[in-house]
Amino acid sequence: MDKRNNKGWLYLLPAVLFLGFFMVYPLVDVFIYSFEEGYNSASQTYFGVGSYNYSYVLHDPYFLQAVKNTFILVIITVPVSTGAALLISAGLNSIKALKKLYQTVYFLPYVTNTLAVGLVFMILFKKTAYTDGLINLFINWFGGGSVDFIDGPYWAKMFVLCFYTIWIVMPFKVLILTSALASVNPQYYNAAKVDGTSKIRTFTRITLPMISPMIFYLIITGFIGAFKAYSDAVALFGTDLNAAEMNTIVGYIYDMLYGNSGGYPSYASAAAIILLILVLTVTCINSLISKKHIYY
Amino acid sequence: MKVVLQHLSKVFPSRNKKANADVVAVSDFNFEIPDGELVGLLGPSGCGKSTALNLICGLQTPTEGRIFFGDDDVTDLPPENRGVGFVFQNYALYPHLTVRQNILFPLQNLKGSDKLSKPDMLAKAREVAELVQIDELMDRKPSELSGGQQQRVAIARALVKMPRILLLDEPLSNLDARLRLQTREELRRIQRQTQITTVFVTHDQEEAMSISDIIVVMRNGVVEQIGKPQDVYDNPVNLFVAKFLGSPPVNIFTGRVTDGTLFIGDDAVLKINGVPNQDIYVGIRPEGFILDRDGPLRCNLNRVEVMGRDVSVISTHDASDNSTIRSIIDAESAADLELSNVRFAIKPNKALLFGKETEARIFFNV
Repeated sequence: MDKRNNKGWLYLLPAVLFLGFFMVYPLVDVFIYSFEEGYNSASQTYFGVGSYNYSYVLHDPYFLQAVKNTFILVIITVPVSTGAALLISAGLNSIKALKKLYQTVYFLPYVTNTLAVGLVFMILFKKTAYTDGLINLFINWFGGGSVDFIDGPYWAKMFVLCFYTIWIVMPFKVLILTSALASVNPQYYNAAKVDGTSKIRTFTRITLPMISPMIFYLIITGFIGAFKAYSDAVALFGTDLNAAEMNTIVGYIYDMLYGNSGGYPSYASAAAIILLILVLTVTCINSLISKKHIYY
Repeated sequence: MKVVLQHLSKVFPSRNKKANADVVAVSDFNFEIPDGELVGLLGPSGCGKSTALNLICGLQTPTEGRIFFGDDDVTDLPPENRGVGFVFQNYALYPHLTVRQNILFPLQNLKGSDKLSKPDMLAKAREVAELVQIDELMDRKPSELSGGQQQRVAIARALVKMPRILLLDEPLSNLDARLRLQTREELRRIQRQTQITTVFVTHDQEEAMSISDIIVVMRNGVVEQIGKPQDVYDNPVNLFVAKFLGSPPVNIFTGRVTDGTLFIGDDAVLKINGVPNQDIYVGIRPEGFILDRDGPLRCNLNRVEVMGRDVSVISTHDASDNSTIRSIIDAESAADLELSNVRFAIKPNKALLFGKETEARIFFNV
């Protein structure tokens, strides 16, 4: 084959144009802004070039709070939601009656609007002058004191945010895992049965390896999604996330651009590049681990 | 271990409740498999042979009837407590485990007093791998093996627990023709060496005939005939069995018996005794024809296929059920086949008569 076939590039042109225009160019642009001090998008001017933006962002207590929040969110919600989704789909896969109904029920949160779910969570968790909320009712019932989950202590707010995030991301995981489980050839289970394999061993030694590609897919996309969390926090705690100590990295970027204290595209760009490096690192680590453990 | 099947039936309830057309996969299966024999369950697809195998294995429970292994009634036991080894049609090797791990898998499941130490397990795996000659491949994954090698691994995995009964579902159907010949010899050797009672399912009559001690021919869930391969071939009980066994297949003619003479079309081919006048089917094996210038069966010669030692004469006859008649003749006696007509005499012991309505075998004296 002729290696200098220009026709090939012609065929690639639409994709190259689109990707270049909407992905590569903005990325490069953001990278450049992040090194331009005091960049103003209206006048297209800046004071100087250097790493000051990074220094500012990394010393900003709000950013450090956002990084902490994001990391807690990632570390808690990804394993918990994946694990719970695995249990639910394994359960769904082993029942016969009402399977379709349960599948639909578990999938409902996925088609429900984030803000609507947020509203319901507010009703469940929020403590107002009139009521302590449904969850506090239960806590009181078991003898505990009321906790303000929305405006109260940090751990309570973080708990609600994690719970909410898990609630939102789980249906998709259940959907993917149920279909992955259903696609395992039943002959493997028959073979395991004839060999007298216990249920637990069948699950850990046969089912899990067989669906491992899907699990790793969910973990990687879960990490990326959790790192990019923002709307969930807004749905629960409103737009002033810094005041609520519940900001995320993406929330910080947004605030820097458009928020009340906004108008700093340089800081936003620096924060965005830091986020990119974080996500990239975690994804690379994930891929390296998955290469060892995954069976295709 | 001998296996006894008593009045075994399996009915799958119909999905359409209104039609009430339950599917009878196996109906009243009675059979005693002698200890250490290799039994082939043979039949066209959908005849219930795989269901029968699953019933013996315990993957399915019979609607009626009992199954005994030796003197133990195993009908209500789950497969893991029956002591069976099962080789699946597509082998069902765990793709993420190496050959060694696959073979070890059943041993690692053993609990309590049966539990083996690690060196014992490895020794057993080694032993069975040597038996099926895959000891060189122990560290490979199934995807890195050929079909035949995968087959051996599957057999090794089934044998490693030293099962009382070995069951194989279409063991050779995923192999190419050459490998199939080789593997079936191998299967026979392994079975002889281990002396484990073995039941295998196949739709390939040649496969079943070549290695089985006993074949069981099934149709629509019903056992048509059980016997030694040669006996079943020589003496089929009905038209179905006659047609199903033999390659090339038996030639079927419509004919009649009139006053002690067997007619095929208008040709009086044989004198027979003991059969009342009636319309019948006549089955003649390809080797049942004798080329004879004055023979009674007059056929139109179509072509001659030379196969070396033998020749295959393809001809037509008005009363033939098949579009052509295939007869296998010695190469020497077929030297002067040039005419458009060819005449055959029939070997009486190779002519099989079947009732027109019942399709059951009619025996006669020459």
